[in-house]
Amino acid sequence: MHNKTLAELAQGLKRREFSSRELTQHFLERIRRHDRRLNAFITVTPERALADAEAADAALARGEAGPLTGIPLAQKDIFCTDGIRTTCGSRMLDNFPPPYDATVVARLAEAGTVLLGKLNMDEFAMGSSNETSYYGPVRNPWNTDCVPGGSSGGSAAAVAAGLTPAATGTDTGGSIRQPAAFCGITGLKPTYGRVSRWGMVAFASSLDQGGPMARSAEDCALLLQAMAGFDPKDSTSVDRPVPDYGAVLNRELKGVRIGLPKEYFADLDPAMAQVLEAAMAEYRRLGVEFKEVSLPNIGLSVPAYYVIAPSECSSNLARYDGVRYGYRCRDPRDLEDLYLRTRAEGFGAEVKRRILIGTYALSAGYYDAYYLKAQKIRRLIADDFRRAFQEVDALLGPTTPTPAFRLGEKTGDPIAMYLSDIYTIAVNLAGLPGMSVPAGFIDGRPVGMQLIGDYFAEDRLLNIAHRYQRETDWHRRLPPDFA
Amino acid sequence: MEWEPVIGLEIHVQLLTRSKIFSGASTAYGAPPNTQACAIDLGMPGTLPVLNEAAVRLAVKFGLAVEAEIARRSVFARKNYFYPDLPKGYQISQYELPVVGKGHLTIHLDGREKRIGITRAHLEEDAGKSLHEDFHGLTGIDLNRAGTPLLEIVSEPDLRSPEEAVAYMKKLHQLVVWLGISDGNMQEGSFRCDANVSVRPKGETKFGTRTEIKNVNSFRFVERAIQFEIERQIQVLESGGTVVQETRLYDAERDETRPMRTKEEAFDYRYFPDPDLLPLVIGEDFIEQVRRELPELPEARYHRFIEQYGLKPYDAEVLTATRPLSDYFEAVVREAACDPKLCANWVMVELSGALNRAGLEIDRSPVSAERLAGLLRRIADGTISGKIAKQVFELMWDSGKDADTLIEEKGLKQITDAGAIEKIIDEILEANPKQVAQYRAGKEKLFGFFVGQVMKATQGKANPQQVNALLKEKLQGGG
Repeated sequence: MHNKTLAELAQGLKRREFSSRELTQHFLERIRRHDRRLNAFITVTPERALADAEAADAALARGEAGPLTGIPLAQKDIFCTDGIRTTCGSRMLDNFPPPYDATVVARLAEAGTVLLGKLNMDEFAMGSSNETSYYGPVRNPWNTDCVPGGSSGGSAAAVAAGLTPAATGTDTGGSIRQPAAFCGITGLKPTYGRVSRWGMVAFASSLDQGGPMARSAEDCALLLQAMAGFDPKDSTSVDRPVPDYGAVLNRELKGVRIGLPKEYFADLDPAMAQVLEAAMAEYRRLGVEFKEVSLPNIGLSVPAYYVIAPSECSSNLARYDGVRYGYRCRDPRDLEDLYLRTRAEGFGAEVKRRILIGTYALSAGYYDAYYLKAQKIRRLIADDFRRAFQEVDALLGPTTPTPAFRLGEKTGDPIAMYLSDIYTIAVNLAGLPGMSVPAGFIDGRPVGMQLIGDYFAEDRLLNIAHRYQRETDWHRRLPPDFA
Repeated sequence: MEWEPVIGLEIHVQLLTRSKIFSGASTAYGAPPNTQACAIDLGMPGTLPVLNEAAVRLAVKFGLAVEAEIARRSVFARKNYFYPDLPKGYQISQYELPVVGKGHLTIHLDGREKRIGITRAHLEEDAGKSLHEDFHGLTGIDLNRAGTPLLEIVSEPDLRSPEEAVAYMKKLHQLVVWLGISDGNMQEGSFRCDANVSVRPKGETKFGTRTEIKNVNSFRFVERAIQFEIERQIQVLESGGTVVQETRLYDAERDETRPMRTKEEAFDYRYFPDPDLLPLVIGEDFIEQVRRELPELPEARYHRFIEQYGLKPYDAEVLTATRPLSDYFEAVVREAACDPKLCANWVMVELSGALNRAGLEIDRSPVSAERLAGLLRRIADGTISGKIAKQVFELMWDSGKDADTLIEEKGLKQITDAGAIEKIIDEILEANPKQVAQYRAGKEKLFGFFVGQVMKATQGKANPQQVNALLKEKLQGGG
């Protein structure tokens, strides 16, 4: 059952081939059996899962089932779950059970899904390898010496290994797309504002966006359908109707124009280039026309990102002060001691590094040179994309420069780690939707192609990805150790 | 050397909204600690602010009342600092682009008028409260106040004396209460003042180094704190020292200001636009709608009272101190249809005095404007004298009955029948031959004695003018 897509599982449930309870038990069993090797889950919620499954089976029996009723899935541990601890991968929130559900969690629950548990992630979503988690690194199911990517590393690994049919992720600079690529699954970062951020622990508010991670584009469409939409509790969510993503999935691609940003291909690894060439050949057979485009300011995206994201994070993480909830140091002598030790002991090194960078960038005398400048660059990058989308319907390029790297390979070199997001970050700065779609393997490790769409063109992206997945089976493969 | 003080005020006004500026929690004062703080106010992970439109409406109302430019686009920013009663580690405020731009307010002092510039007014959220008592060396945090909407109103450095500063503060207080945007309750912290003070040699155009006095919460203390600070700075400068730019705290008990932190220790608040909130965009329609809701403003009403009713400036000032008082006065004038000055005197003296003694606000007055007007009509038409009217007023206050009923019941109607008065005068003159003789011999002081006797005999009901005239006639005519 764990190699089936959501659509296939939903059909099985409707035809009574298996119950939601059986399905749920199957995945709980797989988590029990396999997660020791992966460490994808921080919290497993079997009781909650079985209760959800029972409710779903009752709904199925009444004939009141929606497309996701009874489908088990797992939440990245950045989404608040009422009464279930939400750690955000940090010691700081090790003991934090929120008294509310994130909108994403509430909407997926309303859709009848079953909550299997909470997934491991880089601490506060800051990392590209899932090695900054307080709960230890997650391993890549395709090669357990390698990282699964980050920050949604637990989500990607759990889906890839068949521990959950699907998962949620969040993407601030590539945190859905990069781990999806490393683990051979499909992940979509929606347009900024498409999915509510209420109850999603903030890293960098102007960049963070939740999205689906699953086995296929079709599955992502099903999940996004339930996740997306205006939320009056999030002022940055956009009040705009959600299209029927399923309706256009199968649309033909004849005449569709896809742009190839030349900056994405300039210094591309030859093996990666080969993978993308093969994907493009597939698309040409489907009638797609390719056109070279240019995003001249894209080279500035990593430095601009590493000013804006840490600046926002330095402020967003100020609330973790040991006063009201979360970690508090033992026996503080006074207020300053409480602050200093709580934050010194509660946060890991990468989080502290970014708080320091952001605090510096926002300081009097530096604000104009760093934060303001970075915001101007952000505008230039968005303008680059805007120009490109006047000529083409979508953009195609690599998701990552390389396949998954080895654990520990980049932990000593933060800049090298940051550069692993070089192809994904600009999409967040511009607020555009982006996907990673499995497109092949390099040395037995999966790699992804990235599709970037215009604002709110998730339907078009899903269509382009789905038509490719109808012709290829990269997304159908399972890591041999977890088959 | 002669020194000139330069003063600017920053006033935090708590806005009268039912819920907080970025959450749905109640803003009611006095609830048990931490019972009116929701997840957003507590700064829980993943929570997000949503702007309360009512707070924007009140800010715009204020802006229009001081003839300020209303920003069509303003931006909320984060002011970052750590404090236990600041749950998110930042305060959401407005920094570079405030909702209200330059405006002005006219103050009245010693018969002069002076226009004080308002630099800006911006919306922000309040912090919680730290309670240092009752916790034996620990601090308690009450977050009920966290997220309460504030309007911070910044004046230009146009004030030149502690008296002007207080006049401005009072005028601003009057305005915000008048507009209904704040309850202005200073004990509860709804109206708080920081003062920026510097001095310079008279004639100098450059400003001296300023200090900021934090959180002075009564008119009296503002005046004293500024006075102390001016004297302190002059003393420093005259003894050859320099004023240090710093933040100081006023200690009311010792009547002095003390340093709190210097410029070097000043916080770097690392302001930046809050990415959780979109820019606040205000449309013409919204502004026009608020403009239509604006009441007549106190300054306009003050001038109208002088022109329309011929009131003295002082009386007009007193009667426009609050909107309910001035509304009451106008209702009395309208209903009584008699001399507005008589109405003004009665409202300012008898009514206000009675309200003060009873500790009542005018909107709780046991004597309504209509009832008071009914009483004044009886003075105007001669039914009762002013003196009797005071008696009737007291009865009205206690009984809740109207003037006519009481005059009838108690038989207080003025005696205006000349024959009846004459008869009483004759009796009194007859009963006091010695005094009559003395008066006629030139002791004219005794006239008052005769008036008193007549009034005593009529229980004060005789028409005083008639009594005077008839007495004079009888005393001179007889012989």
